[in-house]
Amino acid sequence: MKDLVYLHEVVTLDLNSETCNGCGMCVIVCPHEVFELSGKKAHIIRKDYCMECGACAINCPVQAISVNSGVGCANAVINSAIRKTDPSAGCSDSKCCC
Amino acid sequence: MKNSFITRYIKAGDQSIPGISTKPGLSDIMGSVMVRCGINRSKYRVDPGLYAVGSPGPGSDLFVTANYKLTFDTLRKNLSGMDGWILVLDTKGVNVWCAAGKGTFGTKELVDKIKMFSLDKVVDHRRLIVPQLGATGIAAHIVKEQSGFNVRYGPVRASDIRRFIENKYRADREMRKVKFGITDRIKLIPNDFLYGKFFLLGAIVLLLALTGLHRGGLSYKDLPVQAGPVIGKILLGYCGGLVLTPLLLPWLPGRHFSLKGLMSGIIGFLVYMLFIAANDNLVERISWFFIISAISSFLAMNFTGSSTYTSLSGVKKEMKVFIPVQIAFALVGLVLQVTGKFI
Repeated sequence: MKDLVYLHEVVTLDLNSETCNGCGMCVIVCPHEVFELSGKKAHIIRKDYCMECGACAINCPVQAISVNSGVGCANAVINSAIRKTDPSAGCSDSKCCC
Repeated sequence: MKNSFITRYIKAGDQSIPGISTKPGLSDIMGSVMVRCGINRSKYRVDPGLYAVGSPGPGSDLFVTANYKLTFDTLRKNLSGMDGWILVLDTKGVNVWCAAGKGTFGTKELVDKIKMFSLDKVVDHRRLIVPQLGATGIAAHIVKEQSGFNVRYGPVRASDIRRFIENKYRADREMRKVKFGITDRIKLIPNDFLYGKFFLLGAIVLLLALTGLHRGGLSYKDLPVQAGPVIGKILLGYCGGLVLTPLLLPWLPGRHFSLKGLMSGIIGFLVYMLFIAANDNLVERISWFFIISAISSFLAMNFTGSSTYTSLSGVKKEMKVFIPVQIAFALVGLVLQVTGKFI
C-alpha cells in the first residue's frame, strides 16, 4: 500500500546543509523516511511526508535542523484560539484528548 | 489487583527491583479493551521506576518506556523469554509518542531516572534502548553528556525488538517506519467515538429543541415520535466523521480530512435518503444534507489528531479553509431546518 501523505508544501522543516555533519541521526529517528544520507550529508528527500514531530531537530547534535513541532490536534488549536492560551497547555497531564 | 504483574524481587546492588511477568493476564486484557474504548484512560498507569524481566544481570539490556499501562504491557509481553531491565519514565500515564511530543518522555526525565536508580551500578554497559517514537522528546547526545549512557533508538513496534537485538541493535527501514493501516485506524474508532459524546449530545439537544417549532407555535407533543429519526440522522453524520472516514481514509478523495469527511457525510446523506427521509419535505431533506455533512466534516477534521502522518502546519491550513465551510453548512442547515417546519 502506498504511503499516506497529507498536504503538499506546508511543512516548516528546514535543513542547513553547511552545518550538517553527516551523523545520520535524522535518518534514524524519522518515522516517515523524510531524510537520506548521501555524500556525507543528510538531505530532505520526502518533505511532504514530514509530520513535524521534531525528532530530527531535537536529535541533531549540531542544530542543523529546524521545524515548528507542536501538538498536532485540531482540538488543541481550537481550544487555544477560544481560550487564548498556548495549544499544548493541559497536554502533559492526563487531560490529553488523543 | 494493582501491580499484579510483579511476581518477585531481585537484588541489584543495594536495590530491590520488582521482577515482572511477561504474560498478560485476564485483568490486563480487559484493561486494554476498556482503555481502547476510552474508559479509565487517565488512570491506567504503572508506577515509574526500574523493573526486571526474566533473570537480568549487569550485562542485560535496558529498555526505556512510558508509564501508560497499555504501553508497559505491550513492551513486557514482547520481552517474553528474555532477561532485561525496564526503566519506566513518569509520563503521567500517557503513551511514548504523545508524551515525547509533550516533553514528558523527555531528556530531563530520562536523565533524572537514570540517576535516581543508579543505573550505572545496575548494568556494566552503557546502552539504553529507547523506542524510536521517544526520539521526539529525547536528545540522545545530551543524555550521553549528562549520564554517560548511549541511547540506541529501537524499533517503532515492540514486536520488532527481538529482531532488532539479534541484528546487533540495528533497525531496518521497515522497523523505523510508522504506518497507518486499516488495523491501526480501526483500533482508534471506539475511543474517538466515545470521546465525542458531548458534541453528539449537544447536536441532539439542539435539533430536538427545533422539533418543537410548528406553524401554530411551540409544541413538543410529537417529540417521542420525532426523537428517534432526528437522533438517527445526527448519528449518520457522527458515524460519517468518526467511523467511515477512519475506515475508508486512503480511498476517500482529497488529502484534507475535512474533505474526506464531507464525502462520508454525503454517503450518510444517501443512507438518510434511502431509509429515513420518507416523512421529510424537500426543504427538510436539503437541510439534513448540510447538517449531516457539516458534522461529518468537522469530526473527520478532528481525526487528524489521532492520525500518524498529519503535520501541525497542514492541520492549521486545513482548519483555515474548512472551518468556515463547516460553519456555513451548519448555519444553512439550521436555517433550512427551521424554514422546513413552517412550510
